[in-house]
Amino acid sequence: MNQQAGHTVTAFDAEMSDIRGMISDMGARAEAAVEAAMKALRTNDIDSARIVVAGDKAIDAIETSVERRVVQTIALRAPMADDLRDLVAALKMSGVIERIGDYGKNIAKRVGALEGHGFLDSNDQLFRMADIAGEMVRMAMDAYARRDIDMARAVCVRDDEVDQIHKDLFVDFIAHVAKHPTDATEIAHLLSISKNLERIGDHATNCAEMVYFSQTGQSLADEFE
Amino acid sequence: MTDNDATNDPRARVARQTGGASSAADGPFQATGMADPKMSARGVNVFYGAKQAINDVSIDVGMDNVVAFIGPSGCGKSTFLRTLNRMNDTIPSARVEGDIRLDGEDIYAARMDVVQLRARVGMVFQKPNPFPKSIFDNVAYGPRIHGLAAGKTELDEIVERSLQRAGLWNEVKDRLTDSGTALSGGQQQRLCIARAIAVDPEVILMDEPCSALDPIATAKIEELIHALRGQYAIVIVTHNMQQAARVSQRTAFFHLGTLVEYGATSDIFTNPRQEKTKDYITGRYG
Repeated sequence: MNQQAGHTVTAFDAEMSDIRGMISDMGARAEAAVEAAMKALRTNDIDSARIVVAGDKAIDAIETSVERRVVQTIALRAPMADDLRDLVAALKMSGVIERIGDYGKNIAKRVGALEGHGFLDSNDQLFRMADIAGEMVRMAMDAYARRDIDMARAVCVRDDEVDQIHKDLFVDFIAHVAKHPTDATEIAHLLSISKNLERIGDHATNCAEMVYFSQTGQSLADEFE
Repeated sequence: MTDNDATNDPRARVARQTGGASSAADGPFQATGMADPKMSARGVNVFYGAKQAINDVSIDVGMDNVVAFIGPSGCGKSTFLRTLNRMNDTIPSARVEGDIRLDGEDIYAARMDVVQLRARVGMVFQKPNPFPKSIFDNVAYGPRIHGLAAGKTELDEIVERSLQRAGLWNEVKDRLTDSGTALSGGQQQRLCIARAIAVDPEVILMDEPCSALDPIATAKIEELIHALRGQYAIVIVTHNMQQAARVSQRTAFFHLGTLVEYGATSDIFTNPRQEKTKDYITGRYG
């Protein structure tokens, strides 16, 4: 963990700390939204799904606040080096986390549409994928809070698992709909959920890459190439 | 010291100390080793009496880049700048050790004409210091004493060209006989730059040239530095890190008389390699 020495101007420290707190808050809300959406999907709990959909507005509002605070801090403090990278990372992460929240909302919106169908119950892979994607978001946010580049690296490694499950599910879904054309609507919804989860994994990776960039000034993607 | 005296040549001494041809090549950053430096310093130490102000600084300055020296007050950046045209010779207690070369020529060699050196390596100071003479005479002074103009026509051309290069011609062309001290602070500083340019220098040293100027006058000087880049090797000392970031392509960070880091300005201000540099430019220096 990289401990940062304080700035001579302590108000700058407070501003940076506020922004970091907002990013952590956003991340926790987005991660919880995805988890709650998948739980509502499994239990067909439409009321819980509605709470997830409504909660997305709070994530959007924090993103707007982060954007305003970052622009303000850049304009007023003229940050350099790791401070500048920290702020750029916060700005990019806020946009990425907002998208994770959107995917959670999208999944929650499909809860009612899948009512009465049986294929989902037999498909644990979708929930395993959600667990991994959620874990990736949690790890990315922990890496951010701890400034931990090793944990950031570990997030990127896990993305391959999510991608592979999505590919496998795609094949399974297509095979299923070929045999059972009347399930096409359910399969279309499930395919969208699988794609949403795959994108959540991608965005968790993006967050981890921003953590790595803010701490090192280097691109984590370059390291993996 | 003769040019071929390997025994006493600080270049050779530094090379022996580090086991290589370049003093900083083995260190955490590359301050030397430029293919064709306009100026090069090796193993430079400066003392004011018993107090050492500069400690073993080696650095190359090229023609293509504006170099900014940054660092906290008392770090030695102005002292080192002043070694580059022997301005420290004017301070009785100052003593300079090491090797500083202009186009490969030892500027501290006994045969070096210091007046000629300061024409080749001009200087612009923190506070504008025009002579109490007309605008024309301020610029014409150097060419006259160095015999650079064959006659009045040529002198007129030099004055006009210098004022144009300094971005001041259009503002003063109709009042060249007015006193230089009657100009605004920003105009006076550009007049001083025109005065330095008039003797056709190869290097221009600027010691906090904008610290006494308002933001508009500062912007004009910065634009001028940008325009002059490539025509002269330019070294600027500044406390304003935003200014260093705006005008320079290479930045050197000094701390307690030591050159801590020297590199591309874009790297120094986004991803410095040395912890001390980072602490200073991010405002964590205590």
